[in-house]
Amino acid sequence: MYDTGKVIIGLAIFACIFLFPFLYSHGSAAPKPKPSLDTPAIKALPQKKCVEDTKFMITTHMQFLNNWRDQALRDGNRWYVNKEGKKVWISLQNTCLRCHSNKKEFCDKCHNYAGVDPYCWDCHYDPNGSKL
Amino acid sequence: MAARILFPLAVVLAIVAVALIGGSISFLQPLFSVALLYVAFAIFFFGFMAKVINWAKSPVPFRIPTTAGQEFSLPWIKWSKIDNPSTTGGVLLRMFFEVCLFRSLFRNMRTDLRSGWLIHSPTKWLWLLALGFHYSFLIIALRHLRLFVQPIPGFVETLDAVDGMFQIGIPPIYLTDIIILLAVSGLLIRRLCLPKVRFISLAADYFPLFLILGIVISGLLMRFVFRVDITAVKALANGIVSLHPVVPKGIGAIFFVHIALVSTLIAYFPFSKLMHMGGVFMSPTRNLANTNRMAYHENPWRKPPKFHSYEEYEDMYRDYMKEAGLPLERE
Repeated sequence: MYDTGKVIIGLAIFACIFLFPFLYSHGSAAPKPKPSLDTPAIKALPQKKCVEDTKFMITTHMQFLNNWRDQALRDGNRWYVNKEGKKVWISLQNTCLRCHSNKKEFCDKCHNYAGVDPYCWDCHYDPNGSKL
Repeated sequence: MAARILFPLAVVLAIVAVALIGGSISFLQPLFSVALLYVAFAIFFFGFMAKVINWAKSPVPFRIPTTAGQEFSLPWIKWSKIDNPSTTGGVLLRMFFEVCLFRSLFRNMRTDLRSGWLIHSPTKWLWLLALGFHYSFLIIALRHLRLFVQPIPGFVETLDAVDGMFQIGIPPIYLTDIIILLAVSGLLIRRLCLPKVRFISLAADYFPLFLILGIVISGLLMRFVFRVDITAVKALANGIVSLHPVVPKGIGAIFFVHIALVSTLIAYFPFSKLMHMGGVFMSPTRNLANTNRMAYHENPWRKPPKFHSYEEYEDMYRDYMKEAGLPLERE
């Protein structure tokens, strides 16, 4: 091999960059977050059900809430009719956060884990007083 | 010529189809995510190393830099220090401009015959598309670290915030997503529509373009249309890099399409033109100083010649020479 020193330095840099995630993790996986449903309002519910079904809420709640915002603020229509035909009052603070009163244990759990920084809280505040 | 375009397209579509089927069958999901990624990572890592070491074994007996400017000469002749470097500093600058800013693409010219005149004119499209594509790809790859490691490094969060700074839509669309989509489409259109470029384009040129376009489209579809549970995706990715692989339930098939295309790209990487990532540093037309006349360069495979003296020759054939009556120096 020619220019061995230079080539090895280059390959070492390549290896460090490529192996960075492996070295950074030290062989231990971060536990998958479990958003907590342990709030008085949810406990009091006869049937533990969100506005739409759980799978849809897990994957698509951000687009769903964005549509809520547009419907409430741009169209002035504050009533949402879900797939079961039930009417729901559109409000993040008064509908969503009434049940999910534990922002820290619910919203933030997954958002921090996935590195998501939603701008909900640029305008809204958490009525249950967790520091934003 | 159509086969050169249609064959790689068919391969990419076949990968998409297989991954769609495999990703929908739950017992095949570990195969189409964890196993595939480990194999692809290993091929990429060791293949890349082997290729570079193999290149480093080739001797470069003579300085062959591209002399894109006036070489170092007499004091009153202006020397082009970067385009025809004869110092290490000049070479480092030249490599910096080549690797980070694609200087040689910036110098791209087009030649036209216009009403009997041969006209050379600068054309920057290739440079612009290439620069947009490569930097977007880099930023997108770095942004993906948020799904691989925990805690997330600060620079990844900063990149994420800057890239999505216009806060268009939910989840916000990234600037690099738009740029890479436009740039890859542009590079593909360039190959398809310019007759001279189409003439020299082979299946190996189209295949990475189709693959990357497939990766971009599947990624965008996953983000905006067929949403998947991102915490499950992170658990999978984080499991891979922490060597405790898990395949959480309920990840949509689109994720497996994305993974299959990415795995194909990185496993194909060491065997393809994509190796220019390592090759640009190894290129003797870029990384050598033009010191052909200033310094003595010994041929690295030069060995002392083997002599065969007349005495030895005579020893070898003495009997025959004697028989033929030839004069001998020694009896």
